[in-house]
Amino acid sequence: MTLAVFFGCTFIAFGPALGLFLFTIARDPLRIIILIAGAFFWLVSLLLSSLIWFIAVKASDPNDEQLQKGLLIFGVMFSVLLQEAFRFLYYKLLRKAIEGLVALSEDGCSPISIQQMAYVAGVGFGLMSGAFSMINLLADALGPGTVGIYGDSQLYFLTSAFMTMVLIFLHTFWGILFFHGCENRRWWEIAAVVVMHLAVSGSTFCNPLYVGSLVPSYVLMAVAATWAYLLSGGSAQNVRRFLLCLQSGASPQPGS
Amino acid sequence: MASALFNTDQNDNSERRRHDNSERRRNDNPESETNGQPQNNIQQVVEQDEEEDEELTLKYGAKHVIMLFVPVTLCMVVVVATIKSVSFYTRKDGQLIYTPFTEETETVGQRALNSILNAAIMISVIIVMTILLVVLYKYRCYKVIHGWLIISSLLLLFFFSFIYLGEVFKTYNVAMDYITLALMIWNFGVVGMICIHWKGPLRLQQAYLIMISALMALVFIKYLPEWTAWLILAVISVYDLVAVLCPKGPLRMLVETAQERNETLFPALIYSSTMVWLVNMAEEDPEAQRKASKNSTYDKQAPANQAQNEDAEADDGGFSQEWQQQRDSRIGPIESTPESRAAVQALPSNSQTSEDPEERGVKLGLGDFIFYSVLVGKASATASGDWNTTLACFVAILIGLCLTLLLLAIFKKALPALPISITFGLVFYFATDNLVQPFMDQLAFHQFYI
Repeated sequence: MTLAVFFGCTFIAFGPALGLFLFTIARDPLRIIILIAGAFFWLVSLLLSSLIWFIAVKASDPNDEQLQKGLLIFGVMFSVLLQEAFRFLYYKLLRKAIEGLVALSEDGCSPISIQQMAYVAGVGFGLMSGAFSMINLLADALGPGTVGIYGDSQLYFLTSAFMTMVLIFLHTFWGILFFHGCENRRWWEIAAVVVMHLAVSGSTFCNPLYVGSLVPSYVLMAVAATWAYLLSGGSAQNVRRFLLCLQSGASPQPGS
Repeated sequence: MASALFNTDQNDNSERRRHDNSERRRNDNPESETNGQPQNNIQQVVEQDEEEDEELTLKYGAKHVIMLFVPVTLCMVVVVATIKSVSFYTRKDGQLIYTPFTEETETVGQRALNSILNAAIMISVIIVMTILLVVLYKYRCYKVIHGWLIISSLLLLFFFSFIYLGEVFKTYNVAMDYITLALMIWNFGVVGMICIHWKGPLRLQQAYLIMISALMALVFIKYLPEWTAWLILAVISVYDLVAVLCPKGPLRMLVETAQERNETLFPALIYSSTMVWLVNMAEEDPEAQRKASKNSTYDKQAPANQAQNEDAEADDGGFSQEWQQQRDSRIGPIESTPESRAAVQALPSNSQTSEDPEERGVKLGLGDFIFYSVLVGKASATASGDWNTTLACFVAILIGLCLTLLLLAIFKKALPALPISITFGLVFYFATDNLVQPFMDQLAFHQFYI
């Protein structure tokens, strides 16, 4: 507990996201606005799904454990579907915004492309999702206590941090995939994102058997990462050139 | 208490304002076509400005949204950090005289009634003070207003910060002697007074305004009981909407009177994202400018105006004797009087298109900072959801501010900054605290992830 765990878990969970933010988003005011608006959309989707869950819980018997757990699982699935629905709504809003930006610009092209918006929207969703999952845990980690003293898993904080990190990355890649699917009318990409999200959330049902949740999530993240990279114009050649450039220290080539 | 949001350039020279009209407004205000200058001159400049204006509308938006996000975020961070660490501000130590009714009652109904009464009294006090301020401003009692502002900033900068520092030291168990403390508070206070009421580096002025907003918000959080605080927030955003948008609203009258007189509003009440005192430099001699504008409407081009030079001898405008002699020998004797300088400065600038659009700033009233921070601070102090609720309110307020700035970019006049943000903030506070928190709690308990 205390500071070591706090800082460790914070940087595991939010370190990569902070890096993404600092190096790609913080410089451009428009991207910051898109990030915060994305966080807001995720928040609204969470609000609506909690409302549904809350109503369901109030309408049911509070003493029936199995029912409550079933309702929670239903709540999770519904929340995932609602998050993706709001991602679609956000896509629609950003499309309109791009049309506005194009109309207002002097050379007829928008200062930010839909692919960049997809990335920033994904990071926004991911950051908010991660923050909501992790912040209360981090606040508790600062104080005194012993993890798992009643027989629960001792790796609670650590696995939460890793799960949060993978979710933030996943949201980023899902944003790119989703928007690409919407742009090019490839519905199977959208369906793939929804299925992946359901799979990742579903895999967390076997917590505290962390092998069942963390490993599939990381595998799915790698898949989503490669797919998003290929969709964004990357290729194996780009990666090779990028790596070789670093190794040989040669003059910079048109990079990946 | 000024809680409005508006463009910096609304207080500029009125001719500049007319030149910056977009096509929409040009059609709406036919009288803006004629301003004493030849027509063809206007056409070229207006057309050029229309295109730039169209393109500028959103570019102006994004950068300036961030210029307001950062101070609002900083103020909220300071307030939340203080609330979380210094227990003084969450301890119940009585109430202000503005909220005389207690909330420790037996029944819920009694508590509701008491909080409604408290909110009503507080709002009446705020309305009366705002109307008093507008009346004083209208009848040009500048000395009274300045005295009032100076006394309140003295109170904030010295007394409240002394208490704040004392409580922080108590929390962290830091031993401090009175001499060092006196020195620190003295320096802090005096530099603050200078920066806020006179001139100072922009960043320092902004920092001081953020600090006094945070101090004021902490006082509100400490002394307002719970239900009263939420009610006051709701009612004051309605009041802000009415006061800024209704034709007879006090804040609207204040802004319009300031625009008519071509003056900037009090720097002690407004946070500005760009240099405010640069605009003031053009009005260093308000007396001379009034005299000059009164009798030089025909010959604005003529730099010399020898009609009134009672105080000309005392004020040589910074030109040294040597320089004047040199100039006299080169271009002939021309007297530089306060009137002539004011007349030259009042000439319509032909090069307003060279004004860098990114330097056009946006202003936010300190009342807005205070109430945003009160909302987020109260959320972090009293919510069962704790950090989730605080984060939700924070995002809600930022989005509200973003929407308000978007409306500002579209409508280009003073707008109330409280309603949208406070509404979002309140909705998200109650929704997150009562709906989202149990859900997230259960999820964290089972370690499910959504």
